[in-house]
Amino acid sequence: MLTVLIDGVASGMLLFVLACGLSVTLGLMNFVNLAHGAFGMAGGYLCVVLLNQHGVPFLPAVVAAALFAAALGFVLERTLYAHLYGRDHLDQVLFSIGLVFVMSAVVDWLMGARQQLITLPAWLQGRWDFGFVTVGVYRAFLIAICGAIVLALHLGLVRTRFGARLRAAVDDGVVARGLGIPVNRIFGVTFALGSGLAGLGGALGVEVLGLDPTFPLKYMVYFLIVVAVGGANTIVGPFLAALLLGVVDVAGKYYVPQVGAFVIYTAMVVLLLLRPHGLLAKASAR
Amino acid sequence: MSTPLRLALQALFWGGWASAYVLLPEYLPLLAQIAVVALFVLSLDLLVGYAGFVTLGHAAFFGVGAYAAGILAQQGWGEPLSGLLFGAAVAALVGLVTAPLVLRGGDLTGIMVTLGIAMMLYEAANRMAWLTGGADGLQGVEMWPILGIWRFDLFGRTAFVYSLLVLFLLFLLARLIVASPFGLALRGIKGNRRRMEALGTPVKARLIAVYTLSAAYAGVAGALLAQTTQFVSLDVLDFHRSADALLMLVLGGMGALYGAMIGAILFMVAHHTLSELTPQFWQFWIGIALIALAIAGKGGLLGLARRALARLPRR
Repeated sequence: MLTVLIDGVASGMLLFVLACGLSVTLGLMNFVNLAHGAFGMAGGYLCVVLLNQHGVPFLPAVVAAALFAAALGFVLERTLYAHLYGRDHLDQVLFSIGLVFVMSAVVDWLMGARQQLITLPAWLQGRWDFGFVTVGVYRAFLIAICGAIVLALHLGLVRTRFGARLRAAVDDGVVARGLGIPVNRIFGVTFALGSGLAGLGGALGVEVLGLDPTFPLKYMVYFLIVVAVGGANTIVGPFLAALLLGVVDVAGKYYVPQVGAFVIYTAMVVLLLLRPHGLLAKASAR
Repeated sequence: MSTPLRLALQALFWGGWASAYVLLPEYLPLLAQIAVVALFVLSLDLLVGYAGFVTLGHAAFFGVGAYAAGILAQQGWGEPLSGLLFGAAVAALVGLVTAPLVLRGGDLTGIMVTLGIAMMLYEAANRMAWLTGGADGLQGVEMWPILGIWRFDLFGRTAFVYSLLVLFLLFLLARLIVASPFGLALRGIKGNRRRMEALGTPVKARLIAVYTLSAAYAGVAGALLAQTTQFVSLDVLDFHRSADALLMLVLGGMGALYGAMIGAILFMVAHHTLSELTPQFWQFWIGIALIALAIAGKGGLLGLARRALARLPRR
């Protein structure tokens, strides 16, 4: 029981790290980016290649994955995404689905369609037994890392100058521009940061979520739920949504496996119907 | 474009379809499938192209229609025409029930709810193996001859003529609908929803109506596929089907019935010729095409042709 809960929390935290970049693009910039998972996939594959083929230790490989995804996000934002800000949603949907198809095809071509496996370093394997509950070391590691990231993001958004400018740009882009805030550059940097976090999540998640070329499509719905149920302008809203989702998902798979992913899709539809005026309604009303 | 030229082009389009029966006898099963997909894209055009409502889960209705018609035939009622109607009715019912949910929130929420509903149905069909056959597909679909006369043959002759006739008739109906006051109201909603509300148009009721109509059309397309191939697989509900249909629509040109059908034909022919190569290769180029179309803007090939024709010197 407690073990299921802790596994759920770990995968929820992972989902948050993967999805929080999307809450900026979709929730704040009002851009339907269905390709967000592709950055996670890119990070995950880079991590796998570095670990398995070049013998890079685990931690540097994860960091490299995050940097790679951030660079990829930055380049794509400048070259492609920037053309589509302010266009209607159909164009954005088509564009981002196209991007998912291309990236999945490239990965499939380079790496094959099978699931990728990694071997964790020895210090992350095994389980701790506390008598009443056993905790996987890697799960505890995930919770620690992701928790630190959540805290850093929250403080960064609330306490730093960059966070203040970002919040201003989101609240009212026109006035922020009038005050001399470089809105486009801020969005670009934020996009890269979100992609980098997705890459980090993808790399950390190879062991938990799995990794194959269908990764972006498979987890797209999960990311959308996190963003739709969470709130704008905070880190806490999406974080709680991700935790809830992780626990429900793991518990569903554990206790009622015959129903499978049905639970998640139903949860998404119900939550969207109960909270249609959450983050998204606010963003599209502007 | 002048009226005679327009009529000639339309005659060429349908004449081309009909002549395929004589000219390309070995491709008839493929052509029947193309007609089915063209009908599906037509249904999407009514919703996306005319009413301006973006959906990512239109395959839901295609799949529901296919399973409805397939299960009806499997259970011992193989009459094709009533099967089509049954598929359309079930899909329309699902559309009618889900329309208020989809239209409830904002624009973005709607897109996500369509996606969520389609994925729910996919998982449901996957898990209810006792009804749908699950991942193995629905086997044992036996069709009776059409009107008791034309038997479905091995070479796909009947299937082709049947699909083409259904496509043609539903196309004529769709043309009447989009030219009616209802169709004009839809275009108005797409252009400026608030102004239509101010003019007294019941926007929500119109959107629910077109959503249901589009679902029924997609249901007929699904039922046609189930009947002509006498098999239904989970693939009918796949996300890829929704995404591909959007691509075909944008490729051909939104908000134009011929655009929808031309996009479907081009896509299917390209798919058939290119998928001899590896499937990843195909997916890669589809992705590139989507990105290019999204960035270059709408209008599609039909829009390009129209602009080219408009530039011709007038006599």
